[in-house]
Amino acid sequence: MTLDDKKRVLREMVLHRRFEERCYQAYIERKIGGFLHLYPGQEACCNGVMEAARPSHDYVITGYRDHIHAIKCGADPKAVMAELYGKATGCSKGRGGSMHIFDVAHRFMGGYALVGGPFPLAAGMAKAIQMKGGDEIAICFLGDAANNQGVFHETLNMSKLWNLPVLFVCENNLYGIGTALDRSTAVHDQYKRVCAYGIESAQCDGQDIDIVYEHAKTAIDYVRSGKGPYFLELMTYRYRGHSMSDSRAYRSREEEEHWKLRDPINILRDRLIAAGELTLEDFQQMERDTDTFIEQDIIAFAEASPEPDVSELEHFVLA
Amino acid sequence: MAEIMYWEALQRAHDEEMARDPLVICMGEDIGVAGGTYKATKGLYEKYGDKRVIDTPISEGGYTGLGIGASFLGIRPVIEIMSVNFAWLAMDQMFNSAAKVRYMSGGQLTAPCVFRAAGGAAHQLGAQHSARMEKVFMGIAGLRVVTPSNPKQAYGLLKAAIRSDDPVFINEHELMYNMKGDVPDSEYLHPLEGSEIARAGSDVTLFGYNISVHWCLQAAEILHSQHNISAEVVDLYALSPLDREGIRKSVSKTHRAVIAEEDEAPVGVGAEVIAIINEECFFELDAAPVRVHSALVPQPYNHTLEKAAIPDHTDVVRAVLKLFGKA
Ligand SMILES: Cc1ncc(C[n+]2csc(CCOP(=O)(O)OP(=O)(O)O)c2C)c(N)n1
Ligand SMILES: [Mg+2]
Repeated sequence: MTLDDKKRVLREMVLHRRFEERCYQAYIERKIGGFLHLYPGQEACCNGVMEAARPSHDYVITGYRDHIHAIKCGADPKAVMAELYGKATGCSKGRGGSMHIFDVAHRFMGGYALVGGPFPLAAGMAKAIQMKGGDEIAICFLGDAANNQGVFHETLNMSKLWNLPVLFVCENNLYGIGTALDRSTAVHDQYKRVCAYGIESAQCDGQDIDIVYEHAKTAIDYVRSGKGPYFLELMTYRYRGHSMSDSRAYRSREEEEHWKLRDPINILRDRLIAAGELTLEDFQQMERDTDTFIEQDIIAFAEASPEPDVSELEHFVLA
Repeated sequence: MAEIMYWEALQRAHDEEMARDPLVICMGEDIGVAGGTYKATKGLYEKYGDKRVIDTPISEGGYTGLGIGASFLGIRPVIEIMSVNFAWLAMDQMFNSAAKVRYMSGGQLTAPCVFRAAGGAAHQLGAQHSARMEKVFMGIAGLRVVTPSNPKQAYGLLKAAIRSDDPVFINEHELMYNMKGDVPDSEYLHPLEGSEIARAGSDVTLFGYNISVHWCLQAAEILHSQHNISAEVVDLYALSPLDREGIRKSVSKTHRAVIAEEDEAPVGVGAEVIAIINEECFFELDAAPVRVHSALVPQPYNHTLEKAAIPDHTDVVRAVLKLFGKA
């Protein structure tokens, strides 16, 4: 990444952080319903990988913590927020909600709420790419706890067996809801689990975008060159609760403080400041501009958008 | 018209569709080198190769999901589940991914894939290899369900299912793969919705699907020759959506209805057809509709117990006679 890239990505990451924080507020105001899984703390994962990938060309699929992945692929944040508001202008026309953001035009193939469900879907997209002979790859972002599903293992086996162009990105935030990884999973290093299938893998810091980018680049070059699947484990942390009603009683405030010292946005910001590319004032201005954009463009659009027409309740069930 | 077997009809449909469209693939356990448990994909591996006729590991959830993912990008996979009993392992992907994705995405993404499964009770296969599961599939929004009762339907429904932009579940029957029937020589696509009058009649409608159509046809013959009752047999080859109009029309003509299903009774085709009759033409009825169905037991192994658990044409005859106060 060039310095210009990094400045652009910092701005994007600030948007990603503030967007999610604004969702939190909208949820409290009951503008957003259902489950709401937020991304703060993990921004370097999605941004680092997608900077190394080709957004809107490569196919991306993920779980329910999906707003930022969609936006990073090219989805209009206004349409994402409108979807959270359940509006007709939402990217899934109000049928999906927070956990089911889709933007197929930008090859963001969706957010899915069954833990582990996207694993075989990603491999299937890779199978389709392989059949059609394109140079796209499929990228599957999921959490650490998803790796305990049966389809994880079934998919790894088939991906390697058929040499599919799929990258599995494991965003290891150390918890599946309130269960710590070491209480659910016999082998703590997730990247080691895939060795049993002969799949290439690596583990790295998920808070430092430069490190994520370098590892993702290696992984993506590998997959795109036809060598088969790759599994990349990113060590990260989510700052908020799993969903909205989470008192975080299962983890210590000390642990949280430790990870806040490794805030992915601050790491990138400080690096750019040290390089003389940015001042603290610039950054604060960036935050203010972002908030203005969120209020005046994104929230205003979601607020002003119409509800879906009830007469269209049964649209989109069958072709 | 040539008389061929049900499995041959399926094989021909696979073959023609694969020849027509390079995006059509087949996947499943033992379908390739081994030619398929019921031969529905016989010879295709040799003809189309291992990239399009895929022997999968025994990972129903995994390969079903993989097929669905491929269909997102326009591949048309025909996913064979060796026995419908194993479909439970694939249902998460069938229902949560394939059936819902069009809706969840507001129409952006579709899963045009076909799931085929051998269902029904064969002979003494025991509880874990004898399930009828139509009732499970037919209640899922976003999934089409069809169930061919003869080779012509098997051929035409599979071809239409492959070309459909919706996910389609095809419920086959282990005892029917060797059944013979006429299939048109020229290409034929069977509609995925509707019903067929398998035999016209005027006194009572016998509703069946898949194997129970044959019980109904046998029963109709006995009712005609021995009891002077004219039974109409309606073949509900489409279980989702069910043909409300076809059901209404026939019952409005005969004023009596018996529904025969191999599935157990609580919840199912019989219950659903009776609900539709209530909603569409209750005042046309001369008698309360009756369903003929299996006992609510895990399928027993013992031959006598197994026979006792599953109805046949004699149960249909008995139910009709009761309707007419003759038994
Ligand atoms: C099949 C299934 N089982 C359980 C759940 C409930 N659930 C939702 S998220 C979650 C934890 C997943 O943790 P992880 O994969 O680490 O992802 P993270 O939320 O940490 O990003 C659970 C158990 C679910 N949605 N789907
Ligand atoms: Mg986690």
